[in-house]
Amino acid sequence: METKNYLQDIAHIKTMMSRSSRFMSISGLSGILAGIYALVGAALAYLLLNTYPQYDYYDRTILTDDLGTDLFSQFLGIAILVLAAALVTSAILTYRKAKKLNEDIWNPVSKRLLANFAVPLITGGLFCLVLLQYGILGLVAPATLIFYGLALINASKFTVGDIKYLGLANVLIGLVATQFVGYGLYFWALGFGVFHIIYGAIMYHKYDRPSPKNGK
Amino acid sequence: MKNIIQHINKAFDHRIRLGIMSVLMVNDFADFNMLKELLGATDGNIASHTKALEKEAYIKVEKSFINRKPNTRYIATPAGREAFTKHIEALEKLINPNE
Repeated sequence: METKNYLQDIAHIKTMMSRSSRFMSISGLSGILAGIYALVGAALAYLLLNTYPQYDYYDRTILTDDLGTDLFSQFLGIAILVLAAALVTSAILTYRKAKKLNEDIWNPVSKRLLANFAVPLITGGLFCLVLLQYGILGLVAPATLIFYGLALINASKFTVGDIKYLGLANVLIGLVATQFVGYGLYFWALGFGVFHIIYGAIMYHKYDRPSPKNGK
Repeated sequence: MKNIIQHINKAFDHRIRLGIMSVLMVNDFADFNMLKELLGATDGNIASHTKALEKEAYIKVEKSFINRKPNTRYIATPAGREAFTKHIEALEKLINPNE
């Protein structure tokens, strides 16, 4: 009977340590959905490219003339839509999960999580604008992947799960993508689409799925 | 067995104090409200248990003002960290004597 008390003590220590330093409510399902949005967005972008048959995507001088700027704004529109949909979905799902776990969605840990995520991401966003400014378009896609990956790695200290590996994977294919300029769309689809779906599925399977046996 | 029991620290022999120390081990500091929320305890409860830990010199209290509102921060002292680590080790040994 004594031992049971000590077990409870250890369990209590563990929950307090993780609850005070890690944000638990990030939803795996939102990863899957974000990945799907990204794939749909990439498919739309691909179709859009095909409506400009005179345009060669693999030509590195893409997006420099009038036709290009038109295409560019449509691309940007798709990207913003995908981003907005992913953000809104994950915000809603995280809010729901936080409510279920009885965790405050806006607590010191989630604030730190967000700050650590935002710094590399905003840096990356500004850096991409600079790339656009100098017309180095081929490196925009790799740069977004690399900075997004770094943001994930930086944020991973404040949440549970394997988000660090999603970050590493994104940094890696971002670096690989630098060697295949012109294929940015495919790397985007892989990094933001496929990787998120795989990651979300693993997370959902591990943490979210209602399991009959309450393991651990 | 006897000397394991010796390492079980009476100062941590309470759920709230155990919780306060756990939070402070993994955070640079915690303020009063954060502890209250995390532990689900009342003001008086947190106040008396932090006072007990402060008396043992296991935690340090820093009072300041943020936007003219009083703010109390708690920080684990090196002595507190050491004592708590020993306490956890003793607990683990009691549960798993073979290791």
